[in-house]
Amino acid sequence: MSFTSRQVSIAGSMLHYRIAGPETAPTLLFLHGAGGADSALGVLAGFTDRWQVIVPDHPGFGASADPEWLDTIHDAAYAYLDFLEALDLRQVHLVGSSLGGWLAMEIAIRDASRLARLTLIAAAGIRPGDIPTGDLFMWSPEERVRHTIADPQLAEKILAMPQTPEQAEIALRNHFTTAKLAWEPRFFDPHLDKWLHRLRLPVQVIWGEQDRLFPLELGRKLAALMPAARFDVIPGCGHVPTVENPALLSALLREFQGSAP
Amino acid sequence: MKFTLFHLMPYADLDLEEAAKYPTAWVHTPNRLYDPQKGARLYNRYLDELELGEQLGFDGVAVNEHHQTAYGIMPSPIVTASALARRTRTAKIAILGSAIPLRNHPLTLAEEHAMIDNITEGRLITGFVRGIGAEYHAWGTNPAFSHERFHEAHDLIIAAWTRPGPFRWSRKHYHFEYVNLWPRPYQQPHPPIWIPSQGSTETIEWAADPSRRYTYLQTFSPLKSVRKYLEQYRETAARKGWTASDDKLGWAIPVYVADTDEQARREAKVHFENFRNRFLKMPIEMLLPPGYSSIESMRGIAKAKAQITGDITLEIAVEMGMFFCGSVATVREQIGAAWQDMRVGHMLPMLQFGTLPAELTEANIRRFAGEVIPYLRRLTASTTASTSAPASTPTTASSTTASRPAA
Repeated sequence: MSFTSRQVSIAGSMLHYRIAGPETAPTLLFLHGAGGADSALGVLAGFTDRWQVIVPDHPGFGASADPEWLDTIHDAAYAYLDFLEALDLRQVHLVGSSLGGWLAMEIAIRDASRLARLTLIAAAGIRPGDIPTGDLFMWSPEERVRHTIADPQLAEKILAMPQTPEQAEIALRNHFTTAKLAWEPRFFDPHLDKWLHRLRLPVQVIWGEQDRLFPLELGRKLAALMPAARFDVIPGCGHVPTVENPALLSALLREFQGSAP
Repeated sequence: MKFTLFHLMPYADLDLEEAAKYPTAWVHTPNRLYDPQKGARLYNRYLDELELGEQLGFDGVAVNEHHQTAYGIMPSPIVTASALARRTRTAKIAILGSAIPLRNHPLTLAEEHAMIDNITEGRLITGFVRGIGAEYHAWGTNPAFSHERFHEAHDLIIAAWTRPGPFRWSRKHYHFEYVNLWPRPYQQPHPPIWIPSQGSTETIEWAADPSRRYTYLQTFSPLKSVRKYLEQYRETAARKGWTASDDKLGWAIPVYVADTDEQARREAKVHFENFRNRFLKMPIEMLLPPGYSSIESMRGIAKAKAQITGDITLEIAVEMGMFFCGSVATVREQIGAAWQDMRVGHMLPMLQFGTLPAELTEANIRRFAGEVIPYLRRLTASTTASTSAPASTPTTASSTTASRPAA
């Protein structure tokens, strides 16, 4: 099933989202990472038989407008609380990848009343402390691919794919907005861990074993902050399981969806 | 024309072989390569060089700010300017500039600059910059807010210097319940302000605003860019309804003077190329972090990339007019021609660059001060007296070519 493009006004700013799947089905809301939503659409399409899948472009990313009010990750989180209300979404399975995982936590600690489950894939958000992380902003576009994809052959394949001027423009916008939200502190909110106990819904943490941006150790640290969370490791996978192992990622998501709340 | 001796204070004793293991001398090169014994000698040598500049007749001396780099070991130009404040008597001390968006408390800069202005009884020239892209990696400041913070920090500092205190300051980035500066600046309403830039329409529009009229300083650029941006400043001022006098324009450029052109190139070559290709060079991601420049200007990224990430030989730099290097006659002629052409009121020669050692630097300073400055003072005094500056009609500047000294 293919996605339909829609937009909604959030706090006076246009937010673009893609939607697919039966209207009556439960909602899977996917929050993309720093690179944008495109690379996740393939794996998400596999869920549109039983789920209404919604994939927004964050404010300042993709086809969404760049709002005046966007200064921090918290602004984006409040915008999504508005979004959940605007679309009247309930019992949502919120799935966030990387930057989107951080955003998902910021949303859920503020108000989880419209959420049923939370999946965090290679999520940013907590203080890495002594755990060495990669520097997305020091890496060239090519290095970003090589360091986030564990399989060198797959990295080559991705690098060989031609980029249209429109895609290049969006990549530049995405990178700018990522800096705005995540430059300092670098991909975390020093106050987030104080409030993770507010996540009383079922939580799943998924991590690529070979993640070089946010190493597996950071995943374990995050999972340890939420003792009730399940922690799934994808062997041999880098930072982007949606691209590198969509089959296992899908299976893990389904397993979590099928488990008792 | 006025002459300000500009210094970057590079870590000239850098172990170049060891440093070659890293792609850039900025941020990544480990500070174990900094030897405090050597660094201490360099600081004192460089301060001596600036003090010598005053003794030999420079109108001013200039320092600047860079962080975590062998390119320049002046993370705080306040410190070097303060050291010069009591060791000089007549020269202006120019801080070109303080990277104001990097400060979480820009009022400290308002205080420090005001102190130096008082101690020198009004010899301070203040400069404001955003800092280059690498500073945002070194300092953690979010480049996405660089422009906003620059403008707000500037407004705050000017307000602190000019508005009767105490008053409250609360905008987007800075919040102070009490702004009430002790000391107030010695110069009223505040020290002259210079804006160093590599060339940007946004900066020129801002600096040439009638409410500011800040001196615009083009730094280390090809002659073509210098001409373009200095003309653009005059045009912008004219469009905004005022005439930019020559002293609103400045140009900072490395210069090396020897007995002959051949000798100058031979002596300067390795040191200039170290400056340009070892100390200055950095990856584009470091130079232009996301948000530091607008998305629009990032589209021209290929151009910037070629300029900063590729190597440039001395010969090419001389050819492009990024470096004046030659005999006294050659350098006189080059700067004289620039004066005839652009009527740039402030020259800021950088007479030490890269690994240029003490002896050659001192000889360079002495030659420039003794043989180039007096010639140019006579030239500019006579042309200023006999012809009107091309202030309001900058397009006529190129038509004065005929009056240039023979090339």
